[in-house]
Amino acid sequence: MLNRLGNQTLVFKNKPRVVGSYSVVGPKEGKGNFGKFFHKVLEDDLFGEKSYEAAESKMLKLAITEAISDARINKDEVDALFAGDLMNQIISSSFAAKTLGVPYFGLFGACSTMAESLIMGACHVDGGFARYVACATGSHFSSAEKQFRYPLELGTQRPPSSQWTVTGMGCTILGNTNTGICVESATIGKVVDWGVSDVNNMGAAMCPAATDTLKAHFYDTGKTPDDYDLILTGDLGKLGSEILLDLMEYNGFKIGNNYSDCGQMMYNNTQKTFMGGSGCGCGASILNSYVYSRMRKGELKNVLFVATGALMSTTSSQQGNSIPSIAHAVSFSLGGKERNV
Amino acid sequence: MFDPIMYLKVFAIGGLVCMIGQILIITTKMTSARILVSFLLFGVVLEAFGWFEPIRDFAGAGISVPIIGFGASLARGAIDAGNVTGLLGVFTGGLTTVAGGLAAAIFAGYVFGLIFSSRTKK
Amino acid sequence: MNENERNLRYNAYVESKMPKTKPWPSLFHAFWVGGLICCVGELIKDLCLYIFPYMSTQEASNWALIALIIIAAFLTAIGIFDRIGAYAGAGTIVPITGFSNSIASPALEFKREGLVFGLMAKMFIIAGPVIVTGVVASVIVGLVYLFI
Repeated sequence: MLNRLGNQTLVFKNKPRVVGSYSVVGPKEGKGNFGKFFHKVLEDDLFGEKSYEAAESKMLKLAITEAISDARINKDEVDALFAGDLMNQIISSSFAAKTLGVPYFGLFGACSTMAESLIMGACHVDGGFARYVACATGSHFSSAEKQFRYPLELGTQRPPSSQWTVTGMGCTILGNTNTGICVESATIGKVVDWGVSDVNNMGAAMCPAATDTLKAHFYDTGKTPDDYDLILTGDLGKLGSEILLDLMEYNGFKIGNNYSDCGQMMYNNTQKTFMGGSGCGCGASILNSYVYSRMRKGELKNVLFVATGALMSTTSSQQGNSIPSIAHAVSFSLGGKERNV
Repeated sequence: MFDPIMYLKVFAIGGLVCMIGQILIITTKMTSARILVSFLLFGVVLEAFGWFEPIRDFAGAGISVPIIGFGASLARGAIDAGNVTGLLGVFTGGLTTVAGGLAAAIFAGYVFGLIFSSRTKK
Repeated sequence: MNENERNLRYNAYVESKMPKTKPWPSLFHAFWVGGLICCVGELIKDLCLYIFPYMSTQEASNWALIALIIIAAFLTAIGIFDRIGAYAGAGTIVPITGFSNSIASPALEFKREGLVFGLMAKMFIIAGPVIVTGVVASVIVGLVYLFI
């Protein structure tokens, strides 16, 4: 029998649990709204390295090793590492995996990588292919800026619809234990493109993908938005989250106060980030700190995490293509039913 | 020299040129490379029609400091050298007149690039 | 509703939701900073003529440009230029300072990829098009003048 509901949703019968998590962010994010929730805030985002790419890799490695110790397990018990980032050929993840010596899958889902890695990891644990898996991702402002936009010292103005790439990493360890937060189900998104080509307005480009995945999730599972205490999107930003609510209402789903967006909440208003944060690290760092800690306290019981990713490159943009986007949804719940053995 | 009226004209015309650039950025979402290219071309056109000279006599650095002046010098050089040495001058003239600025920019970029590194934005 | 129509409607809707910023403050910033940079250029030219009375005006304005270029590259190197640029927008891009910044900033950024393929090669990622356009256009103008 297939462990699926509807067209796109996977159901994890054995309930993989979140056994450990860690987040590390840069100084600007530390001064933002979630500063006190992150496990570690760096004072210098170069992190003692010679380049921002090396710093990104070191931060990711730190997040993974600290998450493993948070889970109180041995590195050898981690049977697979699922990681990805924004750099070309996902160098940050692969270089971090090189020094860790853990079986490794490199993933690319742009900013949706946190959800993508959680889904892949949950499948492995649920299917009995791994005792523990590490699901990690992150991004770095300075290396992303260099790869996707302009040199840091170029004197240009950022457009008002732009978002700020988050310097932050997050890692979740999933395992087959009896208590804690469990991954209940996940909805795999399709690539959606509604013709937005403005790279300074990624939120708007990713909204149709998020809507598509949310719709599929609610159709497949028969749940409604009200069944969740928190519906959290990855990095749609201020404009994107307004558009998402409009699109969902247009599709007949009224989402109320239980909706939030990591990008919109990451920075405070004095930090001049316009529409808020973006990047893999945006959702990853908030999920692995704030969301899990509130769930562990019992303040949140059912959380739907929808990470959205814009799947373009500088080459595709320069060749005039619009921005294809994807969104994956992961449903977390606290307690839930006892594990089927 | 040190004529206050002249400085007023420099400020007004120079400011106006930059303001036109800003209007272009806001309305067309042009990137800085495109802004530089279009103003440079505008300077070449001004010089080609002989309109740059009178504007510079009026506004001085107000028109020669913007990249328009760089374009005008390129065109002026090609035209003048072409008159003197013919076809060869057309090719050598343009870069000769702007060689100072170009070399300074490359030299300064190289030296400062060796000494300093970019730092993250706050 | 076919796909094209849907995309057009969505883009129009996004456009209507876009944050509207008042253009006037940024125009004013560009105006006064740009005007000031031009005045500094004029001042350097006048100082050259004052100190070296036998210098030609052409030479003096060349010195003014070179001085502005070096000052802008230095401000880029110490990390101040991008802040001025964020405030003034076209006010620092359109004057020759923007050209200098567009050469110095990639040099600083890409030096980590080595001297040859990093610093030297990437120096022209923004200024390259400017130089190419200028040279091509000047040759065309020169040719036109030569044959008419």
